[in-house]
Amino acid sequence: MRTGIIDYDAGNLQSVVSALRRLGRDAFVSSDPQELSKADRLVFPGDGHAATSMESLRRLGLDELLKDFFQRGRPILGICVGSQIVLDSSDETPEGRPGVTPCLGLVAGTCHRLPKGEVEARPLKVPHMGWNTVRIEQPGHPLFRGIRDESAFYFVHSFYTEPVKSSIVLGTTEYGLRFVTGFVQDSLAAWQFHPEKSGEVGLTLLDNFFDWRP
Amino acid sequence: MLKKRIVVCLDVKEGKTTKGIKFQDNVELGDPVEMANAYYLQGVDELVFYDITASAEKRPIMIDVVARVAQKIFIPFCVGGGLSSAEDIRRVILAGAEKVSLNSPAVKNPELIRTAARMYGSQSVVLGMDVLADPAMKSGYRVVINGGRTPTGLDALEWALQAESLGAGEIVLNSIDADGTKAGYELTVTRLISTHVGVPVVASGGAGTPEHLRAVLQEGRADAALVASMVHYGTYTVRQIKEFLAEKGVDVRL
Repeated sequence: MRTGIIDYDAGNLQSVVSALRRLGRDAFVSSDPQELSKADRLVFPGDGHAATSMESLRRLGLDELLKDFFQRGRPILGICVGSQIVLDSSDETPEGRPGVTPCLGLVAGTCHRLPKGEVEARPLKVPHMGWNTVRIEQPGHPLFRGIRDESAFYFVHSFYTEPVKSSIVLGTTEYGLRFVTGFVQDSLAAWQFHPEKSGEVGLTLLDNFFDWRP
Repeated sequence: MLKKRIVVCLDVKEGKTTKGIKFQDNVELGDPVEMANAYYLQGVDELVFYDITASAEKRPIMIDVVARVAQKIFIPFCVGGGLSSAEDIRRVILAGAEKVSLNSPAVKNPELIRTAARMYGSQSVVLGMDVLADPAMKSGYRVVINGGRTPTGLDALEWALQAESLGAGEIVLNSIDADGTKAGYELTVTRLISTHVGVPVVASGGAGTPEHLRAVLQEGRADAALVASMVHYGTYTVRQIKEFLAEKGVDVRL
C-alpha cells in the first residue's frame, strides 16, 4: 500500500514525511496528479492561505485529482488547511477582501475566522496556537483507536471548519467557542490540528488512518 | 482550553549543545538531537534551538541538526540565532523547523519580520526580544540587542506591538535583568507585554524552580514559559515541572 503526500507549495512537508517514515508507512511526495492517482491513499497537508492554496491546487491540476480520488472512495486525510479547503468555501480571502474563497466542495460546509474575544478578562489570541484538547464526538470510531477522550493535540490556525452535517463530526475543541476539529465523510477524514506534530498521541492517531477501511 | 506550554531552549554551538553536563538517562552529552529526544520523551511541548556559532563557515552545521531533529521529534520546534536574511530563514524552515526566531537582525531590519511572515505565515515567525528595566522608557523597559550588550532606542512595548503589526506570530520575551539569576521571571514586563499584544508571549529568563513557572504563567499572564539550565543540569525534569504546575491549577499537557 502506497500513500501519496500532496505537495502544492503549501508549506513544509518535512514533518509529515518524517512521521510516516517513523510509522513505517510507505509514502512518496509528489505534485504530479498522474503519479498521485496511482496512490492507494492521499495525505493532504497544508499550512498556507486558503486562497493561495486553492490557486496552487488548480494550477497543478490537483483539485481534479482530489475530486476524482474522493469519488472513487479512496481514503484521503486532510490536515490543517487541507481539512478546511475540502469544504465548499472559506472566509479566508486575499488581503482579507469581502466575500469568500471557493474551495473544493468535497464536503458541504464553510470555514470561518476564529473570533477574537475575551476570556477571564483577557483577549483570546489568534492564531489559536499550541496544545488544546479534542473531545471525541464519535467514540469507537476506528480513527480514534488508542486515543483517550480530551487528548491534547498541536494546533496552529486562524480559521475553523463548520461542516453542514453534524453527523460527520469526529471531534470538537474549545477556544472561545466550541468548534469542529475533526470530521469524516465517506473516504475523507480531516483534522484541524497537526497529528504529525502532536507527539506520540498524534502519531497513534495518524497511524489509525492507514488501517482505516472506509 | 488551550494549554500553557513548557518550552526548553538548547544553545547550540557548532552542532553541539553548550549546557547539559549533568544530563542523565544515557543521553549522549553534547548532542542536541539526543537531548531534544530526551525532553520529547519527558513531555516537553516545544523546543527552541539557539545557534550561537560565531563563525559563518560553521553555520551550515545547524541545518544538519535541524534536519535530524525533524526526523526524530514530533512536536513543534523553533530555530534562532544568526538568521539575518530571507535565505537563512528559508533554509531552516525547509530543513524542518516550524518557526524561526528573529532577534537582533529584526531590530536592525524590521522588514525581515514582514518578509518572513509573507514567506511562511505569521505562525512561523517569532520575535525574540531582550529587555532591560529602564525608567527613561515610556513602558519602563528598553530593548537591548547582541545578548544584552547593546542598548537600542526602542521601547519594549512599542517594539512588541510594531513587530506584531509587521507579522510576528509569537514573542519570546527575555529579561536580561532576570536572566541567569534563577530568582524567577520578571513578572511585570511579562504581564505588560502579554496583556497588550494579540499574539502568544513566551516568558524567558530567570527560571530556577517550578514555582517560578507557575508565577509567570498565572500572575505574569504568559502563554508559555521557557526553561534551560533548570532542566539541563538535571535539577528538574520537564515532567516534574508539569506535575507541579498541574497541582497548582495551571492547565498543562500531561
